[in-house]
Amino acid sequence: MTDTLLSVRDFSVVYDVDPPVAAVKNVTLEIGRGEIVGLAGESGCGKTTLAYGVQRLLKPPAVITSGSVTFHDASGADVDVNALDVEQMRRFRWDRISMVFQGAMNALNPVATIGAQLDDVFRVHRPALSRTERRDAVVELLEIVKVGGQRRRSYPHELSGGMRQRVMIAMALALRPQLMVMDEPTTALDVLVQREILSQISQLRREFGFSVVFITHDLPLLLEISDRIAIMRAGEIVELATAEQIWTDPQHEYTRTLLSSFPRLTGERGMVRR
Amino acid sequence: MTTLEVKNVTKVYNVRGAGRIKALDDVSFTLGARQTIGLVGQSGSGKSTIAKILTQLETPTHGEVLLDGEAIPRRGPGLRRYRQRLRMVFQDPFASLNPSHSIRHHIERPLQLDRVVPRKDVDAEVRRLLDRVRLEPDAVIDRRPHELSGGQRQRVAIARALASRPDLLIADEPVSMLDVSIRLGVLNLLAELQREEGLGVLYITHDLATARHFSDEIMVLNQGRVVERGPADDVILNPQDPYTRELRAASPDPEKHFGRPAVPVAGGAR
Repeated sequence: MTDTLLSVRDFSVVYDVDPPVAAVKNVTLEIGRGEIVGLAGESGCGKTTLAYGVQRLLKPPAVITSGSVTFHDASGADVDVNALDVEQMRRFRWDRISMVFQGAMNALNPVATIGAQLDDVFRVHRPALSRTERRDAVVELLEIVKVGGQRRRSYPHELSGGMRQRVMIAMALALRPQLMVMDEPTTALDVLVQREILSQISQLRREFGFSVVFITHDLPLLLEISDRIAIMRAGEIVELATAEQIWTDPQHEYTRTLLSSFPRLTGERGMVRR
Repeated sequence: MTTLEVKNVTKVYNVRGAGRIKALDDVSFTLGARQTIGLVGQSGSGKSTIAKILTQLETPTHGEVLLDGEAIPRRGPGLRRYRQRLRMVFQDPFASLNPSHSIRHHIERPLQLDRVVPRKDVDAEVRRLLDRVRLEPDAVIDRRPHELSGGQRQRVAIARALASRPDLLIADEPVSMLDVSIRLGVLNLLAELQREEGLGVLYITHDLATARHFSDEIMVLNQGRVVERGPADDVILNPQDPYTRELRAASPDPEKHFGRPAVPVAGGAR
């Protein structure tokens, strides 16, 4: 991976409670342009904190205690994310890095139509667009994620879980960001819908060329979709390798433990003692 | 020997705006003691409607459910006795435990309501049940649900289900909200309890991989119909119905991409 999009160096986050909790410890990670990087680990290992931290989305008592995040913009300019002021940060977010939140199905506003919620993104970030241009952009987005433009008048409760998830992806895609962070985007969905959403994500990536950080504890899923996988435990990345290497030649003891703990669909039996 | 018979059950919901929706269409099966049936299918296939009918939260439009040859009483003490014999473990251990009550309370209630043991023995029985699900009784008994992890909470929910000494357990996605690394432990616990208590278990899930390892037999449900059933390995490894094939193709399967893994599965590990 020669063309780097995001460089995270020596990044640490502490939750300043009593006693302080070191949630992310000296993480160094590079994301390539167009690459899908999986971030795997158990609840509480710091994977969400890391992803929020690099976008400065954390709230107190979380404190970033060390490290730098550099965004290598497609224009050639390097952006030091930690040095941006409030207004620059506001413009940076969603425009360059967008997010599909955990429990995205419930992240939509229940009392606004999905069209209005998508429209908001453009009103805030592309104030120059006219009302008609915004509407066309919203329709186009809903078409891209195959929800269909005519659904822009629907409220979230009128859509299925899978469709709501697609709306969230449409929203994340709205400003054509260079990086999308997806936090457990398919965890609540059943396998068929999950599969559709995943193939849509990889198709959109081919089309628009963005990078993805995909956070989940579902290792079998990550192995299928990721180019590289970072295994996190207790705030540290204990192993970072291609999906194939993780599967065929895991180095760290903890990676081996994780790999041994999920039932194989077709492989050997004996997972559950019966 | 306990036998639960589901005979030609059809359930039609009248949904405003959508007309009549057939959630179940002529479903029949038998669940006996010491048997595990995996019930798989996607969202909306009717899995949960079966659970609701078995727990008598819904009544079938056609067909009947018999326990040891007798119809489920619609109400009164008979229904209560039925529900004592058939218990449920729900998907979300964050929602199925009451946040304002202690763990002790959750397990005491069924013991008291169903008069399982004399009052003086209730405390000892609560401790026995916690121990049974491998929770340290002294460490958790006076805690509240928010102080426990997801895996611990689901163990509490299992202990509560076992308190009434049921013959049958309906487990509706009991591990899907838990971390992948915790799931196996909880499934192994369920398998062990089933062996030792001789329970019949209906394991409802959309996860084909765990269904295969946990069940004797698998039933595949699509739009309210059973489209395929058989021994677990046959259904998953050699599916006959197009819908089962579709489900299988959609399930993550790293071995398909990368071949044999370097790390074997942890057989029967806790």
